[in-house]
Amino acid sequence: MLRYVYAHDLPRHPKLAQSMFQDRADQFKTRLGWDVDVDDAGEERDSYDALNPLYVIWENSNGTHGGSMRFLPSTGPIMVNDVFPQLTGNQPICSPLIWECTRFCLSRESSGNVAGALTLGGLEIMRNFNIAHFAGVFDRRMVRIYRSLGFSPEVVGTMGQGRDRICLGLWDYSLEAYQRVALRAGLTTELSTLWFDLSFGGIGMPGPVAMVG
Amino acid sequence: MAPKVNLDFILEMLDAASTVDGLREIVERVCESFGVDHAMYHWVDSAGDHYYFGTYKDEWVARYQEKSYVRVDPVIIGCYQRFHPVDWRRLDWSSKPAREFMQDARDHDVGNQGYSIPIRGPKGQFALFTVSNNCDDATWDSFIERHSRDLILMGHYLNRKVLEFEPDRGPGQVQPLSPREIDALTLLAMGYSRAQVAQTLSISEHTLRVYIESARFKLGAINTTHAIARALSLGLIII
Repeated sequence: MLRYVYAHDLPRHPKLAQSMFQDRADQFKTRLGWDVDVDDAGEERDSYDALNPLYVIWENSNGTHGGSMRFLPSTGPIMVNDVFPQLTGNQPICSPLIWECTRFCLSRESSGNVAGALTLGGLEIMRNFNIAHFAGVFDRRMVRIYRSLGFSPEVVGTMGQGRDRICLGLWDYSLEAYQRVALRAGLTTELSTLWFDLSFGGIGMPGPVAMVG
Repeated sequence: MAPKVNLDFILEMLDAASTVDGLREIVERVCESFGVDHAMYHWVDSAGDHYYFGTYKDEWVARYQEKSYVRVDPVIIGCYQRFHPVDWRRLDWSSKPAREFMQDARDHDVGNQGYSIPIRGPKGQFALFTVSNNCDDATWDSFIERHSRDLILMGHYLNRKVLEFEPDRGPGQVQPLSPREIDALTLLAMGYSRAQVAQTLSISEHTLRVYIESARFKLGAINTTHAIARALSLGLIII
């Protein structure tokens, strides 16, 4: 299932959190060879994890991490502005309606559907919180993967050459994208909504507010 | 609950405001403008002090403090350490203190619906911008659908202004626009349609929207027309 968890609340999901940071080490350091910090417990964290970001996490049936990504609003420190300013022409992206998505990660064992579910989770955030756009920096090879998931960014900046080439992409919310991604991921929007509501509380759930007025 | 007042006017007032009292009046206008019963702005500065102003009755504000409701208020608990907008119906009202608090709030005409926007500022500054109203679920759903983005921007603009009043901070300066943002606004100011602007700049309309989004936030504008007017008056674009 998909879980939406702020860093602040990760201690309530110790197994999920530990396996997420370990899978990140495996993906970004071991497999991709990025220059990232991995601690003694084999967990990869950076300074943005300390800013209480929101994670969307695929939780396997045994409670471990299957895949995840991380969101922060562009009104605060974000990677594209701090680390890759060339990608925006040295003019920071800044709007409460634009969030940055980073550390898109899949565990080695995950099936392709996990990527689709995570993408749907991103669209669920946009749909429910009225976030108009996501921004993200990614490896050029991800372009094809995003396309297959049904949610392609527009590439607005690139830097580096060949294998090291990275891109800044912008994603735009639309209802069509939401429905298309759900279809590709083989998930119903009802199930996706249920997962979202389990993390954030549901509007339709009977509660004291709904019973009055 | 249709907007009755032009939001542009409120943003002009916001620009001109130089005191917290000025902001108080603006929050009242925000409330009229969106056609809701109440609007409140609450902030915790870098020293940990709380300030708030808005349209709740003084009696309720006093009672909130007297009862230390900040400790049981699900809105505070649900927004602290968060950055997504919160519909009150999604919060956990199940505990007895929370239910009693809600009843007390309703007895003081706070309303049965609410929408709160948490805002993270620099150096641990935290603020909450809230609108509340008395209406049924369907009415509130369509209100949120229509106005959520405007409310999010309004909350951030208020907060940006309040930060100017913090000690050792001067008046805020408009962040510079990027060359692409300037191009986009210039062409729009010249009367080009979005499609024409996108074509001229060799970008998609979808990317154009991101540039406009970013530019309007930097300019403190509520819509594109207002962003263009602001950019022109600040001399950031020339036509």
